[in-house]
Amino acid sequence: MSSVLQVTDLEKSFGGVIAASNINISVGEQEIIGIIGANGAGKTTFVNMVTGYMPPTSGSIAFMGESILGLQPRDITKLGLTRTFQIPQVFLSETVFDNLTLAFGIAEQSGWGLFIPLHTEERTVTVDAHIERYQIREYRDMAASALPQGVRKLLDIAMATVRRPKLLMLDEPTSGISIEEKFGIMDIIMNALAEEKTTVLFIEHDMEIVERYVSRVIAFYQGEIICDAATAEAMQDPKVKEFVLGQDKYNAEASGNNGHA
Amino acid sequence: MKGLFDKTFWGLTIGLIALLILNFFLADWLRGIGLQSIARGMVALGLLVLWRTGLISFGHALFFGFGAYAAALLQRIGINDFFVILIVGTAASGLLAYGLGFLLRQYRAIYFALLNLAFSMILWGVLANLEVLGSTDGIGVRPPSYLGIELEGEANQMVLFALAIIFTYLVAVATNLYLRSTLGYMTMAVRENEIRVEYLGYSAERAIHMKYIISGLVAGFGGVVMAFAVGHVDPDSMAYWPISGDFVFITILSGSGNVAAPLIGAMVYELIRSYAFEYAPQVWQLIMGGSLLLIIMFLPDGLWSLTERFKRDKA
Repeated sequence: MSSVLQVTDLEKSFGGVIAASNINISVGEQEIIGIIGANGAGKTTFVNMVTGYMPPTSGSIAFMGESILGLQPRDITKLGLTRTFQIPQVFLSETVFDNLTLAFGIAEQSGWGLFIPLHTEERTVTVDAHIERYQIREYRDMAASALPQGVRKLLDIAMATVRRPKLLMLDEPTSGISIEEKFGIMDIIMNALAEEKTTVLFIEHDMEIVERYVSRVIAFYQGEIICDAATAEAMQDPKVKEFVLGQDKYNAEASGNNGHA
Repeated sequence: MKGLFDKTFWGLTIGLIALLILNFFLADWLRGIGLQSIARGMVALGLLVLWRTGLISFGHALFFGFGAYAAALLQRIGINDFFVILIVGTAASGLLAYGLGFLLRQYRAIYFALLNLAFSMILWGVLANLEVLGSTDGIGVRPPSYLGIELEGEANQMVLFALAIIFTYLVAVATNLYLRSTLGYMTMAVRENEIRVEYLGYSAERAIHMKYIISGLVAGFGGVVMAFAVGHVDPDSMAYWPISGDFVFITILSGSGNVAAPLIGAMVYELIRSYAFEYAPQVWQLIMGGSLLLIIMFLPDGLWSLTERFKRDKA
């Protein structure tokens, strides 16, 4: 069992609308996988189901060989499967340091330990090392609400990795980040994760990012997987070209118009 | 152990020693005001714990009344020891909070506030209608015994006051310690972002439940002190909704900056009320309302924010 995540026949419908169907994915250790697809293709729904945010209609999800179906996000987080968000979910009124200190506090304490003072010298050292890892030192004492978007994204990811997760799911890590910044920020993220040997699965619209950082691509279209292959291969896949990359859009529209005429 | 001995701890300790010394010189009526301040201040401290989470309760008289009646009823069944009554009364309120917490932890904002109000009015209704609990007349509370020692008059007042401030000190120190713990910092976390709390691996509802229990315990403690301070418990002055309003008033007056704030706020509240009642019996409510208005307009973060203003000026 070298598979970190095993998803079998996953389905999700909202009333009559099918958001995901027939989803089968196997993720190996230390793989870096990109999930691509147009808006509404079911990418975020997939992440939401795997992390326990919404229950699938049917199918099974196994993490490290154990079923995680029906578990709450907090339980799945504790098992070592965490996620980040399109819109960073941080404690806006607090500083970067305090955000991370609490994140480590929650990760390290349980039961009566939760009543021990949060700020300890030992934890400060841990937090500062983590801040260093994500290269946000200069923002350490700034409130999260005042951070530039890219730094806030880094903070979000830094908070999601305090438990040293086995598998991390990133939901559009570069959305809202300027073109000049995106490679720099992705380098920081991917280096930090490689250091921890984290398996990564991320949703991405930007094909430059996908081609640069990802070894395997899973393409979604209308709730189904239309392609699951090595990056270079996937980029040449006719279905991916048509439904995700939109390169055949002109032809598709033209034939549609002919049909109407 | 930097955790325990912070500025607040020393501040509280100095306050405790000062009050213990002052106890020997205070006039009896001032001691009465002191006890009532402590009682109300404790409930406001309970509200502070919730308020930092972004929750407000319009029904904390529920725990106040429950603690007070628990004290009175314990005396009725023959238990008269101060320490036993204080601990059992406080625990009873905590237990009530534990039970109700399962429902309340699912609610936020105005729903949380009003659901508390609803429960407090249920308690009021029960107390006001049950003959065995004295209905609207309530029950008298005798001076307690202290480990078998019975005291009368001023001696009792003096010992009661001393013990009340010692226990209040312990509760305040414990609450301060709690607020600085991982669980305590979750007050901020739950207020700011519940989704993140879940994805860090803790249940936001559970954190709220814990806060609710602590809040109920502290408010119940206040109720027991009040029962002894006035020597009488009745539904209208222990569990009726304007009583909950007083606690919210004190919380706004005090601010949520420090565990000492509600205690100071309660004393100021008590003084304003006493003097307003004394010198302007016709319009004392107008004076109370006016003070609340002034606080909201000029000190939106309560009296405690004056200390921060002072610190800033000095810097």
